[in-house]
Amino acid sequence: MIISIASGKGGTGKTTVATSLALSLGADVRLLDCDVEEPNAHLFLNPMIEKSEKVGAWVPAIREEVCTACKKCMEICRFRAITVVGKKVLVFPELCHSCGGCLEVCPEDAIADGVRELGVVESGACGELAFVHGRLRVGEAMSPPLIRKVRAAKNGATTVIIDAPPGTSCPVITAIKGTDFVILVTEPTPFGLHDLILAVEAVRILGIPCGIVINRADIGDDRVLEYAAREGLDILMEIPFDRKIAEAYSCGRPIVEVMPEWTERFRMLYRRIRESVEGQEGKDET
Amino acid sequence: MKRELVIISGKGGTGKTSITAAFASLAKNSVLCDADVDAADLHLLMQPTVLQTTDFIGGSKAEIRKEDCVECGVCRDLCRFSAISEDYTVDPISCEGCGVCVDLCPEKAIDFPVQKCGEWYISDTRFGSMVHARLGIAEENSGKLVSLVRREAERLAENKGCELILTDGPPGIGCPVIAAIGGATALLIIVEPTVSGLHDLQRVADLAAHFKVAGLVCINKFDLNTDMSSKIEDMCEKRRMATVGRIPFDPVFTKAMIEGKNIFEYAPDSKAAHTTREVWESVMGFPAMNMLGIRDFSTIIR
Repeated sequence: MIISIASGKGGTGKTTVATSLALSLGADVRLLDCDVEEPNAHLFLNPMIEKSEKVGAWVPAIREEVCTACKKCMEICRFRAITVVGKKVLVFPELCHSCGGCLEVCPEDAIADGVRELGVVESGACGELAFVHGRLRVGEAMSPPLIRKVRAAKNGATTVIIDAPPGTSCPVITAIKGTDFVILVTEPTPFGLHDLILAVEAVRILGIPCGIVINRADIGDDRVLEYAAREGLDILMEIPFDRKIAEAYSCGRPIVEVMPEWTERFRMLYRRIRESVEGQEGKDET
Repeated sequence: MKRELVIISGKGGTGKTSITAAFASLAKNSVLCDADVDAADLHLLMQPTVLQTTDFIGGSKAEIRKEDCVECGVCRDLCRFSAISEDYTVDPISCEGCGVCVDLCPEKAIDFPVQKCGEWYISDTRFGSMVHARLGIAEENSGKLVSLVRREAERLAENKGCELILTDGPPGIGCPVIAAIGGATALLIIVEPTVSGLHDLQRVADLAAHFKVAGLVCINKFDLNTDMSSKIEDMCEKRRMATVGRIPFDPVFTKAMIEGKNIFEYAPDSKAAHTTREVWESVMGFPAMNMLGIRDFSTIIR
């Protein structure tokens, strides 16, 4: 089962939930930190990194000796990553989406394989927990290709927990698409609610079942609860605002480490999700 | 001359929008710009009256005409994004909009209609004009929309004779952030004193350096972990970034948000309001906000 943790609004507690949930479940669990722009889970887990792999995106490299400057590559490129000036073909690798169109249309076989560095994928372990994250190269704009690489590292564990980036656009979609369940972490404030509504819409477009975790549950008002009731969304867990949790967080310590009684609550959260997913599958079969 | 202060954070939820909204009370003659188009929240505190709504056309997506498709498989082989299913339907979420299948379909059976990916607005607020947007759910091209709202905010400032643009930026370091900081006069980076805050600040500071934009740092909720706040200040000093202020943890930020107000409207005498005012004065007095922009400097030299 793959559980992803998303939020719409940033800073609501995705990493808090993802790390404590993963640590509560024992062996055969893998955590994938897909917030490649600002990966944080490693700060709480301090994993031993065993493997670090540079990841690149395919970009065209022009073989000038055979290129005739026919402009076919420039014409097919919707991203303006190739331009032809006189007899010279210029490639702007940072604009390339790796669609391979230029490669297909070049009549001279003048396009070779080039690479644009996207960042690194690092994997390792934190005790029994397997850990993978991606780190986007600073200056790189496109995170989805790197997120796909992190997700490809999911093999070998029964339970996969994905820590997704904030927002509702392509990076989040890439991180949560095809997962079995999405935990939406929010806070009971107008910003939290507004962005939760957007996140729920995104999850519904993808057709994934979801539930809500309210973090700092006592700092705001009841509008998140009212919304959840109206939409028939389960509140899976409420985490109060507690200076002890906030201070532990600030030092990079997971909740379950400083307050071991939360381990059972996170296990309960997992069981509720598993029942919900299995119930859904049962319904689909009938 | 026009200046633009872009408020960013790296890590989400550190207080960008609350602080931008507070600054709106202090700025005279400014245009507000919400460049967090993916999860825009500034309007919740500004209650803007929308004057003009414009569609944002982001790009095109492939659509196979079933009646002309002979299911030869060429498009499925070509598509690097696995966006075409076995029954020859394009998944609009996976489609990257590269158009390779459109151009190379032997039957010319694939259309490529442009897509409305969101909307952008010009509005009036009690603090002056505001440009904001809403990116469609699960859409791409957020960077393009960010560039668009910033361009429109600049145009509006030009027309209205406003000297300052206050831009609420997105979290992260990827495409929308790159689009939000290019050409800004200065960045105000809001950080919280946590290991994640420090980690994310370093990445966003690297990004600012990469694009050669001056970055100032404000520590929000500094008293939640004063050791970490000092660590952040040390790091800033090493990187020669100025720390322009420390704002204490104060529930008035949340209470003001619930009322749809900024802290100067909700609790003008609170400690948080006082320190926020000091941050503002310090930012506005900072050389980076007062020097002539590079572009204009070169014209003067010429």
